[in-house]
Amino acid sequence: MLVRTDNLKKHFTIGRGQTLHAVDGISLAIDEKEILGLVGESGSGKSTFGKTLVGLHNRTSGEVFYKGKPLPAKFSTKDHLTFSREMQMIFQDPYSSLNPRMTVLDIVGEGLRIQGNLSSSDIKEKVALWLDRVGLNTDHMSRYPHEFSGGQRQRIGIARAMIIEPRFVVCDEPISALDVSVQAQVINLLDELKASMGLTMLFIAHDLSMVRYVSDRMAVMYLGALTEVGLSNDVFFEPLHPYTQFLVESNPEPDPETERNREHKPIVGEITSPVNVQPGCRFADRCPKVMEHCRTTTPELIATSETRQVACFLFN
Amino acid sequence: MRDPILTVEDLRVEFATYGGTVKAVRGVSFELQRGETLAIVGESGCGKSVTVQALMGLIPIPPGKITGGAALLNGKNILNLPAREANKFRGVEVGMIFQDPMSSLNPTMTIGDQIAETLKVHRGESHRDAFNQAIRLLEKTHIPDAKKRARQYPFEFSGGMLQRAMIAQSLACNPSVLIADEPTTALDVTIQAQILELMRELQRTENMSIILITHDLAVVAKMADRVAVMYAGQIVESGTVDDIFYRSSHPYTLGLKVAMPSNTHDRDKTLTPIMGSPPDLFNPPVGCGYYARCPHAMKVCAERLPHNMEVATGHTSRCWLQHVEAPRVLELNQPSHNHAG
Repeated sequence: MLVRTDNLKKHFTIGRGQTLHAVDGISLAIDEKEILGLVGESGSGKSTFGKTLVGLHNRTSGEVFYKGKPLPAKFSTKDHLTFSREMQMIFQDPYSSLNPRMTVLDIVGEGLRIQGNLSSSDIKEKVALWLDRVGLNTDHMSRYPHEFSGGQRQRIGIARAMIIEPRFVVCDEPISALDVSVQAQVINLLDELKASMGLTMLFIAHDLSMVRYVSDRMAVMYLGALTEVGLSNDVFFEPLHPYTQFLVESNPEPDPETERNREHKPIVGEITSPVNVQPGCRFADRCPKVMEHCRTTTPELIATSETRQVACFLFN
Repeated sequence: MRDPILTVEDLRVEFATYGGTVKAVRGVSFELQRGETLAIVGESGCGKSVTVQALMGLIPIPPGKITGGAALLNGKNILNLPAREANKFRGVEVGMIFQDPMSSLNPTMTIGDQIAETLKVHRGESHRDAFNQAIRLLEKTHIPDAKKRARQYPFEFSGGMLQRAMIAQSLACNPSVLIADEPTTALDVTIQAQILELMRELQRTENMSIILITHDLAVVAKMADRVAVMYAGQIVESGTVDDIFYRSSHPYTLGLKVAMPSNTHDRDKTLTPIMGSPPDLFNPPVGCGYYARCPHAMKVCAERLPHNMEVATGHTSRCWLQHVEAPRVLELNQPSHNHAG
């Protein structure tokens, strides 16, 4: 086990005495060299969870353990320096996550420069090596981000994270801004880097098919809480939690025959607001199998098998 | 059963920029049959949105320019019309919904007023009638509590509800054609499923033909009767949804299909990306637009632009591999040219 969270919470105060429960008590373990996929709709708190893991948000309560040791609740500059050697993040938007006034050399080499144990010519050499490794032309080192396409920028973002040679990488929707043909390029690159560097990854995405393809295990999040965790194929093909079933049901397949034969179950409602969450199951209002105590008691994540956990009273 | 409501012939659109002229749409032809859903699918920059914007007269001129082609809606020309003429069919005979409902609706007007405005402008209805009609339209798109919602502003709506409101607005004048430009791209899958379901329902009840612009093959599989695949400003393959998915006859279509994981995809198999990137449309290639990325490219592909070749009835492909003299490619659907001997 490389990373583990214990009842991790991240709340935001949003004025008028209101609290937004973005991450609301998540206990999750990520094994060494595993890719854990985290899926959920917008507003489910999956990005906040990823950012809190690597210290980009200060957590509200709970614990995060890295290699068995607890991480500080609030990262100091020194903590960031220490832990960024081990933990890195790749962001969703390849446009806003690169500083437009820095050259590719500065962007990719910044981490090494901050760590301060390499000379600038060594850094340049290493940047060239990494640009080549992610499939970019090393001659483009002195160019600025706006000179690159979306797929190329995402590669710059990947090179920036990987050059540190981290052990744990949080990929926050790394492909959702990219075209289909380019998505596969980036996924294959991540796959190859994972294999050659022995990386552990948290892969955050909303594309269920892609998450199943990429990850070993899958965790489903809804309104700040986990609804289901299990092996990717198990969760995808035999979803247990009504919300997971609902997600799988809504996920269209690139196959006309399958789509014609799909049952058209009426799907109702929308994700509610994570502000001032009431006790009870968060999915109760939309759940077709809702029971009386779902509205009053919050279901815990319960193991239904060695590899599977579900937070639903139907499996209690 | 050819009964086209909209016929587009050799449409060409260019944009003048500081860097030169971008040839965004380079000779697009298609027919939209009555009652069908035609999906135009392609990646960013392929010209799919520009194509429909040109039809709707939404291209800013200059810098844009429609340099050629014709488009007939119910037999009447709709290209290059002056604004006053265009307004006679825009929003009346053809409704349109856009990708980002938040930026497509006016943030300072209530939802009900915006829908009512359409009716007041096109039908000359009184405000009270138009507003009541707006409430009925919101009900039709299954917005709960429509009476109250009609008095709210866009910021009070969620993304899915806004898209419903935009659909309600586009339906105001009972259009016979609905153009939906990436209608669900900004939405979550569960909301996407709801909106697509709604579009299907309304197509039946309102008897509309739909042009669906999307980059998502899964959405195409769910919605389309026929599909046109666009690449570098041209339609490279078109046919029924089954032709495109099960009998792909263009290397680009095939490339798109193997680049994404299917739900039966073996996890040990790697995805096959399409290497490289689309051509520069400032200076489009003389030959096939896909030449530089195509695994089956031949000499002729670089030199001459392939014309539309018929693979089967109603299924065409702009690819030299479909030519009688071309070599056979195993994965590609090609007509059998049974030469005697």
